[in-house]
Amino acid sequence: MAGRNRLPKGGRVDRSKPVSIVFNGRTLAGFAGDTVASLLIAHDIHFVGRSFKYHRPRGFLSHGSDEPNALLSVDRGPGKIDPNNRATVAEARDGLVTHSQNHWPSLEFDIGAINDVLSPVFVAGFYYKTFMWPRRFWDSVYEPKIRAAAGLGRAPDAPDADRYANRHAHCDVLVVGAGPAGLAAALAGSETGKRVFLADEQAEMGGTLLHDLTSAIDGKPAQAWVAEALAELRSRGNVTLLPRSTAFGYYNHNHIALAERLTDHLDNAPAHLPRERLWQVRAGEVVLATGAHERPLVFADNDRPGILLAESVRVFVNRYAVAPGRKVVFVTNGASAYAAALDAAAAGIDVTLVDVRPEGDCGPELAALRAKGATVLTGHTVLAAAGTRRVTGLAVAPLSPAGKIGTRKTLAADCVGMSGGWTPSVHLFSQSRGKLRFDPALDAFVPDQAVQAQRSAGAANGRYDLGEILSEGFAAGSAAAGGDASRAFTATPTPTGFSPVRVLPTDADPARVKAFIDFQNDVTAKDIHLAVREGFESVEHVKRYTTTGMATDQGKSSNMNALGLVAGILEKPLPAVGTTTFRPPYTPVTFGTLIGPSRGPLFDPARKTPVHGWAEEQGARFEDVGLWKRAWYFPRGDEDLHEAVARECAAVRQHVGIFDATTLGKIEIVGPDAAEFMNRIYVNGWLKLEPGRCRYGLMLKEDGYILDDGVVARLAVDRFHVTTTTGGAPRVLAHMEDYLQTEWPELNVFLTSTTEQFAVIAVQGPKARELIAPLVTGIDLANDAFPHMAVRTGFICGVPTRLFRVSFTGELGFEINVPADYGRAVWEAIFARGGAFGLTPYGTETMHVLRAERGFVIIGQETDGTVTPDDLGLGGMIARAKPDFVGKRSLARPDLEAPGRKQLVGILTDDPTLVLDEGAQIVADRDQPIPIHALGHVTSSYWSPACDRSIALALVEGGRERIGSEIFVTTPSSFTKATVTAPAFFDAAGERVHA
Amino acid sequence: MLLIPCPYCGDRPEIEFRGGGEAHIARPSDPQTIDDQAWAEFLFYRTNPKGLMAERWNHAHGCQRWFNALRDTVSDRILESYKMGEKPIGGGRA
Repeated sequence: MAGRNRLPKGGRVDRSKPVSIVFNGRTLAGFAGDTVASLLIAHDIHFVGRSFKYHRPRGFLSHGSDEPNALLSVDRGPGKIDPNNRATVAEARDGLVTHSQNHWPSLEFDIGAINDVLSPVFVAGFYYKTFMWPRRFWDSVYEPKIRAAAGLGRAPDAPDADRYANRHAHCDVLVVGAGPAGLAAALAGSETGKRVFLADEQAEMGGTLLHDLTSAIDGKPAQAWVAEALAELRSRGNVTLLPRSTAFGYYNHNHIALAERLTDHLDNAPAHLPRERLWQVRAGEVVLATGAHERPLVFADNDRPGILLAESVRVFVNRYAVAPGRKVVFVTNGASAYAAALDAAAAGIDVTLVDVRPEGDCGPELAALRAKGATVLTGHTVLAAAGTRRVTGLAVAPLSPAGKIGTRKTLAADCVGMSGGWTPSVHLFSQSRGKLRFDPALDAFVPDQAVQAQRSAGAANGRYDLGEILSEGFAAGSAAAGGDASRAFTATPTPTGFSPVRVLPTDADPARVKAFIDFQNDVTAKDIHLAVREGFESVEHVKRYTTTGMATDQGKSSNMNALGLVAGILEKPLPAVGTTTFRPPYTPVTFGTLIGPSRGPLFDPARKTPVHGWAEEQGARFEDVGLWKRAWYFPRGDEDLHEAVARECAAVRQHVGIFDATTLGKIEIVGPDAAEFMNRIYVNGWLKLEPGRCRYGLMLKEDGYILDDGVVARLAVDRFHVTTTTGGAPRVLAHMEDYLQTEWPELNVFLTSTTEQFAVIAVQGPKARELIAPLVTGIDLANDAFPHMAVRTGFICGVPTRLFRVSFTGELGFEINVPADYGRAVWEAIFARGGAFGLTPYGTETMHVLRAERGFVIIGQETDGTVTPDDLGLGGMIARAKPDFVGKRSLARPDLEAPGRKQLVGILTDDPTLVLDEGAQIVADRDQPIPIHALGHVTSSYWSPACDRSIALALVEGGRERIGSEIFVTTPSSFTKATVTAPAFFDAAGERVHA
Repeated sequence: MLLIPCPYCGDRPEIEFRGGGEAHIARPSDPQTIDDQAWAEFLFYRTNPKGLMAERWNHAHGCQRWFNALRDTVSDRILESYKMGEKPIGGGRA
């Protein structure tokens, strides 16, 4: 029932709570507290997946988040399918459905396994070597095939049905990792009342102590000490415990991102709970107690299912009470595997240990294991593993001190526990830009100089003895909290002897065996040899060429073996080879966690005008302009865009139209020096502009190119109402503030953004005055009393208004500014009167066409950051007599005065029905040899109802001199002939605005 | 994400700020009188140091004030920030 490899007693699983999961259609029983891995092992299942490149059978290598092989697809229902879950991390819960990956048609019979036989083809860099030619095969054959074959799991195709949360938090001390060092650090750090967060990636806190049955701390069994420490921490109000929370990214200024998993482990997760939560923690100090990862040993076929890391065998036996095998051979080059062997033997498992070290180099652990009756072969090497879908034995041979390999013999095994030493988990330390130091005794990189406010402690810092780990953790926690407390712990000594070995010596031809370095990306020792032979000497190059360490496990198990091998081949010391860069995330993070609630309507905030609801009710189509939603056009019946725009344009030209211009940026510029400030910011002169008048203003960046434009009204001697483009408002205000605060602090001026204070209703067309006149009080609307480019204050519908007589359409027009809260009411009052006048609402598309007919530019459409006023034909606006304004000096730079600059012109196609593409290139002669010199490009192009033909604006080299001449414009298939004209197509004299 | 000490508001996350490039590059008082080379240097030439750098920041989504900060471009540590018109206390080129 519970699986034939479930041990009769022990472990931290809850035998009172049975659970069952489904793996590839089989229902399997286990207990609460199992991981998917331990539950499968209880049923003697090791073969759980196929490898990435060669499709080799794979099982569990580790017991934790460093697992490279055992990646399963987890199915929690529609929209809740996750590929690539590490079986060693996923918690077993009742009803969980899992599938193996990367095989077809089934795990056992996989067509892709042919790759293993064809492996000589798939050497390092085979993509670069194989898919060179023919060129056209890339699109039709190589890329689709490679794409189809690439990747492990299948990406889900339904929208994610889960909810995700996001939280920002501050603490004084963040401790990452709740093993012995982290627990001691949290205890010390929280003694003085500082706010301490303790985060751990596992469900249960305690780290290695959770599977340590033999050590004692201060006279108590290790697990009892953990329980007491956690109880103490829980009792302290200043401590926050965050289990199932992986610190995956360490960013600037102690900004650490954690992914907390909240519901995946629950049998019946309440619907209101988010699945995962992103914590963005800003910590005063950080203690990294992230432990160490065990290294695999490199020998032929070291990837067979049933071959695990030695410590992982120990974890499965002690913590989960499952036997990964009944006949286990441990292979090691250090002392730590002896503890695993002793514990396995104590659980009744048949144990043999092979130690690469000669007898004399072994410590007291050797005698201790032999005393238990286990066979220990010292001075032996492993030549190869036997078995395909499950390891069946190990071929071993004595190794003389001179390196000579003796007679081989095969040890039968259904499980192997290998240990190649330990690698401190310095990922987060490195992400924080800390410098590493190579420690030859540990054969590992350890933290050296920290760049941020942090310290490493315990195995992450290269300490492997339990007592030292606890003391270092405690001191680090105290120091992080600003103290200097220390404490000695009485703990069982940990045997730590170790002699590094890169690839186990063998008598086989190294070119003919697969000894895996990176299990997830299927990189073998042979591949690394090949890469170095082909000239890739930098580890960063070897990494990219062979892809070692580039899989989702970030090379946790493989990096040191790869670096060591490269150093050995190059005959360089390891520190000279260096290490590759560690980057976030430490372990894979779901997109849901990163995105949090920012989905659907919350993906991007939308700005809506007071008239938005009205436009929606009228069936308007909207377009995005920056964050704004703007009414694009108002279709009637089944009109399309062009039909609607033609009708709206005609209505404005013949009758009157109403347009929501609220999104225009607005800045109030007030103060005794307001006019002087305006004089310095704009190219125009302002000192002589009378209150009550408006002027079209143009501003430059200091480099002389146009930044923005807009109508400016002078309301009083010391008060200007500035308008900017919709998208340019924040940029313009920032530009103004910059000069005011940093260059001219002596000016007494205040700048206030008023964009959202006013709703702006544009009423444009020959009947505009008649339409609004009865609604307006306190303003004489007569043509001579209120001429074009004037501004008045008064009331409309009883609401205070700043009434502008301005036009962006070329027609008589008004822009009615009213407090935003009254915007819709005034709009509706005007609209209610409109029937008799043929009033028509129009959108941004019609606005674009109308202004283009008149040749008015739009900043950002006709300009691109390299256009001067003169390029647009607006040089006459520049008040050249002013001693200075932003950009003035640059206008005198030689390039900005040179002949042949691109200038704004009109373009009329010979075929009046052809509407050019915006962005189309313009050439003088279509028959020039390629590359044809482009004279410029089309910036705006529309069908003009007023002209009853197509029109376009363009920037063309020496454009004004070309007026009247023929040019060619690109079309999707060829060129079309056109004529350069002045950039105005309708009412070029501009008389209609004065009506 | 940097934690930037605004001299007016205190420590705030980087997303509230807009960077303004190298600090202490004064706009020439009479630009029309200087030659093209000097003007080009004012416009475009920057030191881009490896190490300590005085740079301008704008607390755009906060108090909207411009200020200067001394940042180590290698470690991203910000040593101090100071108001416009002030000089840094230590280290940097003022």
